[in-house]
Amino acid sequence: MTSSPLATYQPDQRALALIGGEATDANLRRYLHGIPGIDAVGLEARAADLGTRSIKTSSKRWAIDTIIGLIDLTTLEGADTPGKVRSLVAKALVPDPGDPGCPRVAAVCVYGDMVGTAVVALGAAHANGGTEGVNVAAVATAFPSGRASISVKLADVRASVAAGADEIDMVIDRGAFLAGRFGQVYDEIVAVKDACRRADGSMAHLKVILETGELNTYDNVRRASWLAILAGGDFIKTSTGKVTPAATLPVTLSMLEVVRDWHRLTGVRIGVKPAGGIRTSKDAIKYLVTVAETVGEEWLVPHLFRFGASSLLNDVLLQRQKMATGHYSGPDYVTID
Amino acid sequence: MKFLDYAPAPESQALLGLKTDYGLFINGEFTAGRGTPFQTINPATEQQIAMIATANEADVDAAVAAARHAYDGVWSRLSGSDRGKYLFRIARLVQERARELAVAETLDNGKPIKETRDVDIPLVAAWFFYYAGWADKLDHAGVGPNPASLGVAAQVIPWNFPLMMLAWKIAPALAAGNTVVLKPAETTSLTALLFAEILQQADLPAGVVNIITGAGSTGQTLVNHPGVNKVAFTGSTSVGRAIARSVAGTDKKVSLELGGKGANIVFDDAPIDQAIEGIVRGIFFNQGHVCCAGSRLLVQESIHDDVIDRLKRSMQTLRLGDPLDKNTDIGAINSAEQLARIRELSELGQREGAERWSADCVIPTTGFWFAPTIFTNVSTSHRIARDEIFGPVLSVLTFRTPAEAIAKANNTPYGLSAGIWSDKGSRILAVADKLRAGVIWANTFNQFDPSSPFGGYKESGYGREGGRHGLAAYLKPAVRTGSRSAAAVHATPVTKKSTSAKKAAK
Repeated sequence: MTSSPLATYQPDQRALALIGGEATDANLRRYLHGIPGIDAVGLEARAADLGTRSIKTSSKRWAIDTIIGLIDLTTLEGADTPGKVRSLVAKALVPDPGDPGCPRVAAVCVYGDMVGTAVVALGAAHANGGTEGVNVAAVATAFPSGRASISVKLADVRASVAAGADEIDMVIDRGAFLAGRFGQVYDEIVAVKDACRRADGSMAHLKVILETGELNTYDNVRRASWLAILAGGDFIKTSTGKVTPAATLPVTLSMLEVVRDWHRLTGVRIGVKPAGGIRTSKDAIKYLVTVAETVGEEWLVPHLFRFGASSLLNDVLLQRQKMATGHYSGPDYVTID
Repeated sequence: MKFLDYAPAPESQALLGLKTDYGLFINGEFTAGRGTPFQTINPATEQQIAMIATANEADVDAAVAAARHAYDGVWSRLSGSDRGKYLFRIARLVQERARELAVAETLDNGKPIKETRDVDIPLVAAWFFYYAGWADKLDHAGVGPNPASLGVAAQVIPWNFPLMMLAWKIAPALAAGNTVVLKPAETTSLTALLFAEILQQADLPAGVVNIITGAGSTGQTLVNHPGVNKVAFTGSTSVGRAIARSVAGTDKKVSLELGGKGANIVFDDAPIDQAIEGIVRGIFFNQGHVCCAGSRLLVQESIHDDVIDRLKRSMQTLRLGDPLDKNTDIGAINSAEQLARIRELSELGQREGAERWSADCVIPTTGFWFAPTIFTNVSTSHRIARDEIFGPVLSVLTFRTPAEAIAKANNTPYGLSAGIWSDKGSRILAVADKLRAGVIWANTFNQFDPSSPFGGYKESGYGREGGRHGLAAYLKPAVRTGSRSAAAVHATPVTKKSTSAKKAAK
């Protein structure tokens, strides 16, 4: 099962101990199929229940600012230009020109060839993986389909890291996953993780996109989440945003449950990033509630939770203005990008 | 600040226009009761909400007489479709006034607004809508063609789901053509009296529904009244037994929906996160004041520690407090009396050697409260594994094999509800087949629907409420009227069933 270009990368020994041997299809299948199943009706009911929490006044103010600080402001279009990316960076740094107290977003998320432009545009505000400033995240590994040879995928990752990306958003091979070739999915993640290593030995943060809309069942989502974490992903991310459905609250809840269980098991905290389809403050607040009540509110920090979104920011800004002034403004009072 | 200390989000009481005193609702009008009025209080604050009248014997007589008059004069002569129109109208009015009813129920009962808003009141409307549809289809209710109503139904309901229990009782009774005298529980009369206002709004003929309030003795007078044809009771097994004794030898038809000690069985292949939610919903929903609560957790020994660990984590996120706050999960215990019983049984559990653990939550200084509690190391011989606690207290027992799970689940004088959690469909069916309980939920718990019959085995009572079966409790086979032109009877092919129905009618 282990294809030759991948054999050189070393998977995490603790993960192998959990799996009970090498990361073969058979061992991984045994492990992943031993995880308790999900009752879809119950999961969706729980998510709907969390969605009824009523977040008002001071809690809402805190939630709004927290959401802004957790956004990966994203542009992933074939038509992206350096100009568009510079404009996105400007918005990331100053989301609301009318309010200097408005927090910055966590990161900008672009295609690999735009990383250099984003880094230059950020200048001193580039966080470089630190906690001050804004990170640059690059989608990689033949995003969004992931249908390319492993050497192309790895080259894609290395180029982005070399250009200064702090975070790599990779896609898993859904075809291999659905065909039961868990070993291949595992090995690819291990290899991509290795490609995230910078010249100085530090690592870019790895987000593993499961593309839950293509995995179809919650049981698959749960297994893919475990697989991504076992293979060394720092974050598990729902979607590319190019497939419908993208992020949903039940899917995110099920991934948070995996992250919670991994933390119980190992003490290690893994991040979660719902991406695509979250457009309103009201929706985003439901996610904050779900995170806080599932894994705990210590997860509501940029290195453990992100929103992958483009239009969400403006709705949050409108809500923020409303909370400050007491009345609603309109779409002309926030900048389009 | 901590995000999880959500800022207060109280539901507004502005919609409520409560009176300071409520009378009895007899013959379509509010009249003063002849007994001594009593106060109804908010169990979360212990403050008085209103004064409620007490019906004495003379009032019960008047109510039964009004119901008889309405039955003979109007309701029994109305066509099914016309009865249905009134029920549809009531259902729509309940929906229109849903917010107001939810707030009133929360104030009077202590249960969280989240539950009254999302569960109780929507189900009340659903029950009336469902039975409205039945009113002109009684030929298909399962008691033979052209069935007859019983007459005057005396209905006594508990305090745990005040308005919902009212709907469970009144909707099928009216659909079947009976008239009603209903007595709500002493501590939760308020929404029944608001419902009386809805009946006035709906222009329901006077006397078809009469609502009389008071303590247990009022209910006793009502069920013993010779003018009553049917007794329907939901409440404790001891009172149910007394009712069964008192109506023995009369021709009153009886249905009883009594206590329970439901087993929630979790197998080692259960969808674990949903099972935990289901355990929580099974016992902490409505502060555990649920006759079909999953108050005995039977968990497979191999996953016991993991389940308890996860359960405790989940219980830590439950929010106890102001029932009117939209984020409250656990409200107030309904009365000081009930709180005392929960405390007594919990202390007994500790003395018996079970291990007690309660979620860490701040208990308000006024009102009646009990933190969500679980007991581990419980044996089948412990009182907390046998007696109905009717509070947010879960007893955890273990089993090793499906056979042991079934035996332990059935080892109770009750038989109202059970839950099964497993990913394996065949096991769910095989176990459900052997459980002696009226309602069995698979991979869920505490779900209610008007189309589903509900009721118990053994000491949990008899008769069914809900669904087609719920109608049968308010109908009898066709009465032969002498004139042989009862076309429906005539046209039906003679089967064993209809022959016996004719015999019974003779």
